[in-house]
Amino acid sequence: MKRRLWHFHGGLHLPEHKQASMTKPVVAAALPDEIILPMQQHIGSPAEPVVKVGEHVLKGQRVAKASEYVSAPVHASTSGEVIAIEERGVPHPSGLPLLSIVIKPDGKDEWTELKPVPDYAQLDPSALRNVIRDAGIVGLGGAGFPSFIKLNPGPDNAVDTLILNGAECEPYITCDAMLMQERPRDIIDGLLIMKHALRARHCIIAIEDNKKVALTLLKNSLQEHEAEFLKIVSIPTIYPSGGEKQLIRILTGKEVPSHGLPIDIGVVCHNVATAAAICKVINEGKPLVERYITVTGETLDQPRNLKVRIGTPCIDLLNACGWREDQTDEVLMGGPMMGFGIPALDMPTVKTSNCLLARPKDQPHQQPAMPCIRCGQCAAVCPAQLLPQQMYWYARARDFDKIQAYNLFDCIECGCCAYVCPSRIPLVQYYRFAKTEIWAKERDKEKADHARQRHEFRLQRLERKKKEDEERRRRKKELLKKTQPKPDSEADIKQAAIQAAMDRVKAKRATQEQQKKNIENLNEKQQQAIEAVEKRRQRLRNAGADNEENP
Amino acid sequence: MLAAILILSVLAILFGLLLGFAAMRYKVEGDPIVDQIDAILPQTQCGQCGYPGCRPYAEAIARGEADINQCPPGGEAGIVALADLLGRDVKPLNDEHGEHKEKKTVVIIDEKLCIGCTLCIQACPVDAIVGAAKQMHTVIKDECTGCNLCIPPCPVDCIHIIPVEDDIKTWCWPEPEAELEQPPIEEPV
Repeated sequence: MKRRLWHFHGGLHLPEHKQASMTKPVVAAALPDEIILPMQQHIGSPAEPVVKVGEHVLKGQRVAKASEYVSAPVHASTSGEVIAIEERGVPHPSGLPLLSIVIKPDGKDEWTELKPVPDYAQLDPSALRNVIRDAGIVGLGGAGFPSFIKLNPGPDNAVDTLILNGAECEPYITCDAMLMQERPRDIIDGLLIMKHALRARHCIIAIEDNKKVALTLLKNSLQEHEAEFLKIVSIPTIYPSGGEKQLIRILTGKEVPSHGLPIDIGVVCHNVATAAAICKVINEGKPLVERYITVTGETLDQPRNLKVRIGTPCIDLLNACGWREDQTDEVLMGGPMMGFGIPALDMPTVKTSNCLLARPKDQPHQQPAMPCIRCGQCAAVCPAQLLPQQMYWYARARDFDKIQAYNLFDCIECGCCAYVCPSRIPLVQYYRFAKTEIWAKERDKEKADHARQRHEFRLQRLERKKKEDEERRRRKKELLKKTQPKPDSEADIKQAAIQAAMDRVKAKRATQEQQKKNIENLNEKQQQAIEAVEKRRQRLRNAGADNEENP
Repeated sequence: MLAAILILSVLAILFGLLLGFAAMRYKVEGDPIVDQIDAILPQTQCGQCGYPGCRPYAEAIARGEADINQCPPGGEAGIVALADLLGRDVKPLNDEHGEHKEKKTVVIIDEKLCIGCTLCIQACPVDAIVGAAKQMHTVIKDECTGCNLCIPPCPVDCIHIIPVEDDIKTWCWPEPEAELEQPPIEEPV
């Protein structure tokens, strides 16, 4: 029986450009001169280094630990020496540096001791999640959210459907397609492990119908008994069917609520590459140290997919594929729709890098933008059913309350609106700008609230201290009154205080003179020496007194 | 006629009592408008407005003593928000009180020069400086509001202002360049 599928709103049929990078099998990229491992390759807090400069590390050895719950450890992707722990540029639109561990490979590529899990079905889901967390697995589809969190449905949620996303809808990118062709069984095994962790009832692997080979190979490696709960579904090729919310809509007909998560409707969605990585962790004990990356574009002689050690500089991969630098305008990380220009090509590839796309010069999008003519094409293609042109006006006017009322945060930045815009307005840039501005405002607000709290606390503290000081003074006065029976005037009080102080000093001096130190267990000689000193001291004291009397 | 007057008077007294009771029962502690104004102010506690902190300034605005354009750290955005809240006209920042700085700053103590006098600790409105008498002091960067109140009391001028640099988490996308007002006119061939 053919499975019923639904449609999401809008979407685009884009030229695929996928064939170029799929003609050659995946090969491992050469060992680079330097491996650069940024401490943040995931969503959440950055990892903390646990190695020192000069230390020798093995492939698969943990070099940085997760700092908080939403964080992921980082592992060395080859054996070698840690030559630096310093700030390095990372592939991020900002071009800002990030703390990174730099490893000089020793060429041996020697694995650390691996600990596979022999029978994961015997493991408790939480123990399984811990294994996955310690292996540094994050979502390999692009966002990089730590996978163990998405494998934890929470006590109140039951998972009906676990979806494995093999849609890979963005043009040029083929790393997931190649993975499905080359390691179909790993993907299915990984899916079964995920199913165990989530206690999911049904599983679906969704593949766009332009990947016929992957579809057949996956279906062939499916075992008979698995076919009862695991369906491999071919979905129509339309961008962005690989968006999480869009894919859920296609497969189940359900909408993920605005500001909600798929788990709210009993669905969890993972990428196929994540499943394959999890399979490696459990079956072979290997943490996430390598991934498939598509290196493609019109200015490459041999566009193809490479198995890349995470941390390999982008330039090494481009050169391995016959890159013609002089004809290239810029190199994108990611696809043409959602990717961003890499600020410098010696930056490393990270866990979430799926594609390097070299763009030739003279692309139409580089022409200047023109005014919005309110044609409404952007709204027609928006897969999130938003009103892109309204949001664009509010972003330009910096009216951030209004733009949120138009559900800016439901925008998945797929780029459909900007693609169809006849005025070539960089719409997505405006939404990214608005989103980060809103986050910055929220941070400022939090900081202001915190400062207010601290200021109020300080005022309270000063007030309390003032009261305590007053109280202490009052008590002292009372005590003085009690010890000095009714002094007549203020002068008398002062005199009495002076007298008391002098008495105290005298008493102290007297006790000091009486207390002699280290006088136990003395022999006779020492005793005599001490007596001689005492005599001398007495004499000096007498002489001093005489001098004072007769200067 | 008399009955009508009587009924109305009784009703009036009844409702009057009800209102009076409600006013006592649901009395609002403090002045809510002060809280709302205070929530807009940036809480640097810098005193540039002429009041000893953000809350006193908020109270002064609520009493009508102070104008809404005296807060340089809040800048134009702060003035607009205050004008919105209070239904007043937006006006430019009063430059008697200082200039708005786009880039946020914090202070840093040159620890080699610090003599441990504690004067800056006493000046800091948010307890962001740690140290003790004759011990080196240091600024907790995350708590510093950039009010610069610690700088004048320092006897050895060892406190410096540094800008807060963006990191990947706080970085914001730049605003795209505005479109061409007129599409380019193509020359006839």
